[in-house]
Amino acid sequence: MVGIKACGAYIPLYSLSRELIAKAWDFPPVPGSRALANNDEDSITMAVEAGWDCLHKIEPKTVDGVYFATTTSPYAEKQGAALIAAALDMRKDVQTIDFTDSLRAGTTAMIAAYNAIKSGTANSILVVASDCRIAEPESMFEFQMGDGAAAVLLSKDDVGATIEGFHTVSEEFTGPWRRAKDTYIREFEVKHDGIYGFANQVGAVLMGLAQKYKLDPKSVSKLIMYAPDPRAPVEIAKRMGVDAKNVQDTMFFSIGNTGTALAPMMLVAALEQAQPNQKMVVVGVGDGADALLLNTTDKVSQIKGKRGVTGHIFSMKPLKNYNEYIRNKQLLERERFSRRTSTVIYYRDKAKILNLHGMKCKACGTIQYPIQRVCMECGAKDNWEEIRLPKTGKVFTFTLDHLVGGEYLVTPVPRIVVNLDGGGKIFLEMTDCEPNEVKIDMPVELTFRWLHESAYFRHYYWKCRPVRGGISK
Amino acid sequence: MPGSIKDRVAIMGVGYTKFGELWDKSQEDLLVDAAYEAYNDAGIEPKDIDAIWVGVFYYFTGLSGCTAVEPLKLFGKPATRVENFCASGMDAFRNACFAVASGVYDIALACGVEKLMDSGSRGLPGLKDFGHPVYGNASAPAMFALAATRAFHKYEWTKEDLAKVAVKNHYNGAAHPKAHFRREIKIEEALNAPMIAAPLGRYDCCAMSDGAAALILTRPEIAKQYKHKDDYVLVKGNGLAVETVMPFYKPSFDYLGFPATQKAAQEAYKQAGIKDPRKEISCAEVHDCFTITELLNYEDLGFCKKGEGAELIREGVTAIDGELPVNPSGGLKCFGHPIGASGCRMLVEITKQLQGRADGRQVKDPVLGLAHNLGGPASVASVTILGRT
Repeated sequence: MVGIKACGAYIPLYSLSRELIAKAWDFPPVPGSRALANNDEDSITMAVEAGWDCLHKIEPKTVDGVYFATTTSPYAEKQGAALIAAALDMRKDVQTIDFTDSLRAGTTAMIAAYNAIKSGTANSILVVASDCRIAEPESMFEFQMGDGAAAVLLSKDDVGATIEGFHTVSEEFTGPWRRAKDTYIREFEVKHDGIYGFANQVGAVLMGLAQKYKLDPKSVSKLIMYAPDPRAPVEIAKRMGVDAKNVQDTMFFSIGNTGTALAPMMLVAALEQAQPNQKMVVVGVGDGADALLLNTTDKVSQIKGKRGVTGHIFSMKPLKNYNEYIRNKQLLERERFSRRTSTVIYYRDKAKILNLHGMKCKACGTIQYPIQRVCMECGAKDNWEEIRLPKTGKVFTFTLDHLVGGEYLVTPVPRIVVNLDGGGKIFLEMTDCEPNEVKIDMPVELTFRWLHESAYFRHYYWKCRPVRGGISK
Repeated sequence: MPGSIKDRVAIMGVGYTKFGELWDKSQEDLLVDAAYEAYNDAGIEPKDIDAIWVGVFYYFTGLSGCTAVEPLKLFGKPATRVENFCASGMDAFRNACFAVASGVYDIALACGVEKLMDSGSRGLPGLKDFGHPVYGNASAPAMFALAATRAFHKYEWTKEDLAKVAVKNHYNGAAHPKAHFRREIKIEEALNAPMIAAPLGRYDCCAMSDGAAALILTRPEIAKQYKHKDDYVLVKGNGLAVETVMPFYKPSFDYLGFPATQKAAQEAYKQAGIKDPRKEISCAEVHDCFTITELLNYEDLGFCKKGEGAELIREGVTAIDGELPVNPSGGLKCFGHPIGASGCRMLVEITKQLQGRADGRQVKDPVLGLAHNLGGPASVASVTILGRT
């Protein structure tokens, strides 16, 4: 039976308290905090991190596709899924598809993956939903939005939850929306959206699902529903006859509204706490609604991610300053430095850049990066094996560099020579850290980020970071 | 077996500009000033020059042999632009040595120039114009700061050890009329200066500056017929070594010393017949792009054992009145480092020290002098030994 074989998530390290946002704009205090992506993250980098979190026990080369769901791809024309597949070091003969434009793209991608596996064209597909929507400063949206990603590996066997089926309704509706040329999300009439854009659609899709599968609302252990605010799902549950205590937490107070990633992320959180043999309904909303019916199996406790939603929330750190929002969302018009670059070079070196392949010399056994024709240590020519580099290591030496791109920066960039576990040295920037926490021999792990946009394309690569907490046992 | 340059080349004249933020001077001005001072010192006319080598690093200072030929109007002469990171100037000198030693040319001009202040950059410009689109790159201070972090960890050297190097060099530079910085400093200034690339602060880094330097080379028998017939300086030995440009990826590299300097020095000492550099070298201009580099240079040049570099500065061995004065001119710290010019400037300084006519602090009765450059992420090094007899 088609179902979920593994799940995972990625939530940025930093959270911005709503109190700081309120203070910035002289608003009355608002509770909770929201996840804020760092200035080197975007929906694609978060999707890659969620993918590795999900696949921590599964070899990526065994997966037959990756479906990427987002409303905030950095590109309007260029596929995110293909890039994610490279960074996850997957095979090339895989199905890569982007699902975009709608807040229910995450659940829609799950339905499409379910259909593909059921039809037999794939044995497994990784669905990653990721969003970092930008709200206009000094608006209600600014308090509500959050950044994050969730990943579920759908498979035809070995599953922790089966997908029994789904229902979907389509509805032409305007709100909230964003045109291709807009930076900020828009909404015209919140109350109207709540009824006609949300409640009606959710009601319709749940009724349809219940009818299709003869579903008794009282048998639903978890009602997992995208929602624009934390109260809405509870009201709907009551109307549908689902027990209010079975409504999955929207994590509004710890993460915020992560757009198309929200329903999948809530599903992952639910699976992390689930018992076997529980019925779950997952609802995505936007331009209509999707509803999937799941049943957990006795393997459900084995499908957690390396950190999952729980571990990521556990290890978040609070920011001290509202300005981080303006900076990380790139809202200020500024000169950004660029490096000499070429798509020809980036493509030629892709396996080293995205898949992070190095080499092992067959003559002397030294592991080296980048891949080179002649061994750096023993001089053997063209006698090496291409390998996937380990993504953990220790700091060998470092500096805190204030000179970047010909400018003096007050906050330095930590530059680290990392001794990779198992061999090889790599020279990377460090991120998600305070400059003064860097020490020799400190354990680090590699993380996928973007460096710069020279020649107007986003240069993805790896950085290192102090090992983040929240790893499940 | 390679041969030796010993006693086959004589320096018959030298010239150099003031070094500093020379906003009003173009690369043309600098080369004209340096070369004509060298012609006068040698007692020759421009037409006597048979061949030219010019050391330049940045494309914006100049490309091709035209970099030297255009300002000096030596049209029709064979001229070569040499680039080898910070060893560009000394490598230009090295090639000019081969030219006259071989007998193919009689009198050669070796010069170097750089116009860093035209770039509008904090720190060496254009590092983002070279190299790979994404692989790790670093500012120049950052590259050497990686060595300082290891030295602090392994040898327990401190920021105070680094600061002492800056204090020593400023003391020397304060007396040099052509230096960029002519001010003594106190150790507290160095310790409290803003960080550039931790643990290196502003006083651990040589500044940006412009400048040019030139030397006229020939064979000893020809030098005997010109102005410096009684005190021309001989080239005793030269070495050049190129190592990896990606030391941060080399598995075996420990950051405690630079193989390029070690190998270049070994070759130069072998040619010059030097067995104990600490005793036999009278004075040295070494590449102090950063204070940490000077301390590691002491070890790589064989002035002391590995790990003992800091002891030399603590004990005053390399002070102007010490056993082996290092950077009597004030070094790159006080002159700045217009990349193409520095190697030639160091050679001019050592020449004048040996002739007893140093423009700044004079080392007492020097016999053998050493000049050293180390460029890139410690990738290219050159060492030249000069002597009087």
